[in-house]
Amino acid sequence: MTTPGAPLIEVENLEKDYPTGAGVFQALHGVSLRIAEGEFVAIMGASGSGKSTFMNLLGCLDRPTRGSYHLDGQDVGRLSSDQLAALRNREIGFVFQGFNLLPKLTALDNVALPLMYAGMGREARRRQAQAMLERVGLGERSHHTPLQLSGGQQQRVAIARALATRPRIIFADEPTGNLDSETSRQVMDLFSQFNREEGITLVLVTHEADIAAYARRCIRFQDGRVIEDVAQAEVAA
Amino acid sequence: MIFTSLLETAWHALTTHRMRSFLTMLGMVIGVAAVILMLAIGQGAQAMVRSSIESMGSNLFIIMSGAVSSGGARVATGDAPSLTFDDADAIRDLPDILASAPVSPGGAQLIYGGVNWNTSVYGTTPDYAVVRNWSMASGSFFSDADVRRGARVAVIGGVVARELFGDEDPVGKIIRIKQAPFEVIGVLASKGQSLDGRDQDDTVLVPISSAQQKIFSNTLRNRARFIMVQAVSEKRMDAAEASINELLRSRHRIGLGQDDDFTVRNLTALAETAASTTRIMSLLLGAIAAISLVVGGIGIMNIMLVSVTERTREIGIRMAIGARRRDVLWQFLIEALTLSLFGCGIGLLFGIGGAWLVERLAGLPVAVTPASVLMAVGVSFLIGVFFGFYPARRAAGLDPIDALRSQ
Repeated sequence: MTTPGAPLIEVENLEKDYPTGAGVFQALHGVSLRIAEGEFVAIMGASGSGKSTFMNLLGCLDRPTRGSYHLDGQDVGRLSSDQLAALRNREIGFVFQGFNLLPKLTALDNVALPLMYAGMGREARRRQAQAMLERVGLGERSHHTPLQLSGGQQQRVAIARALATRPRIIFADEPTGNLDSETSRQVMDLFSQFNREEGITLVLVTHEADIAAYARRCIRFQDGRVIEDVAQAEVAA
Repeated sequence: MIFTSLLETAWHALTTHRMRSFLTMLGMVIGVAAVILMLAIGQGAQAMVRSSIESMGSNLFIIMSGAVSSGGARVATGDAPSLTFDDADAIRDLPDILASAPVSPGGAQLIYGGVNWNTSVYGTTPDYAVVRNWSMASGSFFSDADVRRGARVAVIGGVVARELFGDEDPVGKIIRIKQAPFEVIGVLASKGQSLDGRDQDDTVLVPISSAQQKIFSNTLRNRARFIMVQAVSEKRMDAAEASINELLRSRHRIGLGQDDDFTVRNLTALAETAASTTRIMSLLLGAIAAISLVVGGIGIMNIMLVSVTERTREIGIRMAIGARRRDVLWQFLIEALTLSLFGCGIGLLFGIGGAWLVERLAGLPVAVTPASVLMAVGVSFLIGVFFGFYPARRAAGLDPIDALRSQ
């Protein structure tokens, strides 16, 4: 995996404004970068540096004010909110700091949820969700609800959910922020494994250097601008 | 997204908050049950009135001896009937009149074998069967010839037949009416209750001449207490009434400015007044019940709004993993619809059960019609859509990022 594939993500002069009481706050100032398929990228920066805004744009949860964002050749800025939803469903998986599982659903139903929005029938999606849970080592826990699982297990369910529709990119926002160092390591190993074995593109937002060290490229944000974009050696798993 | 998935999601959300869903549905349950019950009672009353009107006969006048004075007090009732058989015949000859039957009513004891039965006896003519639209269950009605010669023949109602004869065939048997022997020549078809609640089948009809001679021992021969008249059509009712008034005033030699010694009543108009009264009553009952249904709908909207606020984060998560706005809209709309239609189903059971109880315990006639059931279901559906749409649109309009950030 030394040679990156075609550019999956291509942003050009990306800017994002937020209206505030005191006027307009510009969260991003002309960000341009490319991420190729199969890359493992860490995005670092202090809070307020614009990295979360950038993630929301890359994740198609939001649209840029100015500039362009092409995901797999598609101009995201021109898509309707339903087309964005379909894109998130098919091409993108999210992993959040707070896990964001639905508390009343079992692990299996949580993982099957994106498949439901993909229009898959009940039996098929339960089979695929079960297979996904087995991949993250929770095949035995599929009928537990999130409250019956530890933090590390919940995050693994969230990873299974992010991977359920077999997307090409995973966006992970502080995925280890609520975990201790041992479970953090397990979760990061899982990410590395999917990146290495399946070629899934990983974009990881973190402010912890040891977590960012898992990635092979590190992009640093400050005041809405990219101030550093470097390749780094892979941490031995 | 597949429809069954929507149902599954709605079902899961509703069963997660059982108590809340139950209480929300309760509004619909009570509303639908009230509507069904009230409509059943109203329609039962209407059906009873309608069948009474039909059994009475159509386009009817009753002309009574005696009059309402100009001061409004009723005078000259009872003792000396002013109407004669000839009056009845003369009325029949008027152009807008189909039939005209003089009636001499009274009560008498009937005896057959060892059984006796008290009932009302009407002395009349064959026109009575025409006017009242009364057909025969068996045998035949008496003829004009029977009236002319004062034949001792009788036609009996279904109740009399049952009480006196049981399973026996009454036709050809001799009964005693106030000791006078009469031959039963026919049994009337059943009519049921009249508008004033009397059983119309508990009666005996005999030729008016025989009644006056043998039963009532009436001193005033050839006089009738009242005359029942049928007009040719509903349109000719007013013309018929005018010509009857004119005819009787001239026959009774009543001068200008003098009070009538008879009263003409349009029975059909009276019956229609009764029918429209019950119709208005049932409409009122239904309207009051419908208000509770609307209140139930507002309850659904209220809970759905709370639910959308509570589940903002869930909506954000669903949107992040690929729910389109219309998926979210449908999710909440289906939840509201499930609440309203489930509530409607349970309400139907209670309403129909309640109607049955009212019929059994209070003895009121009730009628749960398919139309009222369909209407209740339809209205519940509309309430679900109407009161579910606003909260659902609110959920679908949420911004995914804001929704994800909410606690």
